[in-house]
Amino acid sequence: MKVTVDGTAVPARPGQTVAAALLAAGRPTWRDTRGGGRPRGLFCGIGVCFDCLVVVNGVPDVRACQRVLADGDDIRTQRGAELPR
Amino acid sequence: MRVVVVGAGPAGLAAARAAVHQGASVVLVDAEPSVGGQYHRGENIVVPQGVEHLPNTAVWALEGTRLHLRTGPADAPDRVARVLDADALVLATGAHDRALPFPGWDLPGVVTAGAAQAMAKAHGVTIGKRVVVAGTGPFLLPVADVLRRLHVRVAEVLEAGSPLAWAREPAGVFAGRAKVAEIVRYRAVLPRYRTRSAVVAAHGTDRVTAVTVAKLDRDWNVRPGTERRIEVDAVCVGFGFTPRLELAVAAGCSVQDGFVRVDERQATSVPNVYAAGEITGIGGADLARAEGEIAGTCAAGGTPSSRLLGAARRGRTFAAALDRVYHIRPGWRTWPDDRTLVCRCEEVDLGALRTSVEEHAALGLRSLKLTCRVGLGLCQGRVCLRNAAELAGFPYDAERFSRRPIAAPLRLGELADTPLEPEDPEE
Ligand SMILES: Cc1cc2nc3c(=O)[nH]c(=O)nc-3n(C[C@H](O)[C@H](O)[C@H](O)COP(=O)(O)OP(=O)(O)OC[C@H]3O[C@@H](n4cnc5c(N)ncnc54)[C@H](O)[C@@H]3O)c2cc1C
Ligand code: FES
Repeated sequence: MKVTVDGTAVPARPGQTVAAALLAAGRPTWRDTRGGGRPRGLFCGIGVCFDCLVVVNGVPDVRACQRVLADGDDIRTQRGAELPR
Repeated sequence: MRVVVVGAGPAGLAAARAAVHQGASVVLVDAEPSVGGQYHRGENIVVPQGVEHLPNTAVWALEGTRLHLRTGPADAPDRVARVLDADALVLATGAHDRALPFPGWDLPGVVTAGAAQAMAKAHGVTIGKRVVVAGTGPFLLPVADVLRRLHVRVAEVLEAGSPLAWAREPAGVFAGRAKVAEIVRYRAVLPRYRTRSAVVAAHGTDRVTAVTVAKLDRDWNVRPGTERRIEVDAVCVGFGFTPRLELAVAAGCSVQDGFVRVDERQATSVPNVYAAGEITGIGGADLARAEGEIAGTCAAGGTPSSRLLGAARRGRTFAAALDRVYHIRPGWRTWPDDRTLVCRCEEVDLGALRTSVEEHAALGLRSLKLTCRVGLGLCQGRVCLRNAAELAGFPYDAERFSRRPIAAPLRLGELADTPLEPEDPEE
């Protein structure tokens, strides 16, 4: 599968979630908070806490721990609160 | 007769299988792509024969026994909408880890024990190379063991409570003897197991690089002078589980002591609505399965065997003892300082919470939410509200605070495009 994170190709396997691929690539952080700009990544792992948000194919606020990767997905780290395009 | 089961964990799977066995037409709905729930993640579990499984499908609202569904990739804007009517409903939505706040708990690399477990089981991915596992309850051991098998260095496993309390629970030990015997499976991590101990701070700038651990007294206050610093690149914390009650509350089911109230037949206070698994009490996968089988049987109009009812009763005896032994003690409230976030989504720290109570005279959880915005972010208080209530000294009413008309996230555009009725009521 071909998947990019912030423009760089990362290895990904079918069935893998965005969070799993990012962690496997050695990245514990992929967004920052709206108020304090604090770094965040995985926390609850099951879709409850909303800490793990990323931008997937231009759509912000996607939970990385819930979203299963598809071939060609373009993942971007999320800075603060982003508005949908 | 159509039985709809929500949640495909051990409880929901058993319910679906039992309802088919009684001759009902069964639909099993789960937000995950495959069945198994939290327990069977990464295993090859098959959908029971005769069950219609709707994967990748979130139940985002419930009106009586009418379900509003969305099918498709998580949080994508173009998921398919569907409305489904049930003659009987089995709710088996499970639980999520409870985490208690301490300085640095919002640093990347600090995750819940369940998150570490889910990543490891489903994807073989670990959250770090050198970790500390901390919290309370028997779940810490399998988590540490799974990580160890994936070549993670588990520096320590810290249990805040004291398992010696089992000595006062002979009936619980007997009822759960099979579970108690499982401890030997985790003997490889037992040498690193410390009781009456906790992670009381995490350090780092962009991610966790070290933790402070300390010994606790009976009430979980830090014993001064016992603090030690340990270098780690990840921390897994879990203080038991919080049931996912939104759908049960939306259905109108009454809640008692934080869990859906059910009778011996797993019937809730609402006719034709049954509940099973961790939403009725935390007792592990075996109890969830037994309760699911009873719920599915009864939802489809059958009668459960006395053997099955007995198994569930024993499971509940063990669960009640678990709850007493690993009860969260009030001293945890001294771990966070004024700058520690209580609400991760809205970035509300303990100082702001205190100001709300002391200067703005917030009288209860509702006015606390409005004065400092605790619990008003994306997670809707699922992570913080119980902690906020305890820190502020207000009562926490699980039923009231699980009342969320939208149980799973939905984009506004999707909401505008929602069918109100089933496409084919006869289907
Ligand atoms: C992250 C995590 C990991 C765990 N790992 C283990 C483990 O490895 N070993 C162990 O012994 N115990 C584990 N547990 C404890 C575990 O919860 C139980 O023992 C067991 O899985 C409970 O079964 P259940 O059927 O009640 O719920 P669950 O297994 O939690 O299943 C509930 C299901 O409901 C679905 N669901 C919830 N809400 C909705 C909705 N609105 N729409 C659609 N679907 C919905 C969820 O996707 C989930 O699949 C874990 C718990 C958590 C939170
Ligand atoms: S880690 Fe909690 S929602 Fe993804």
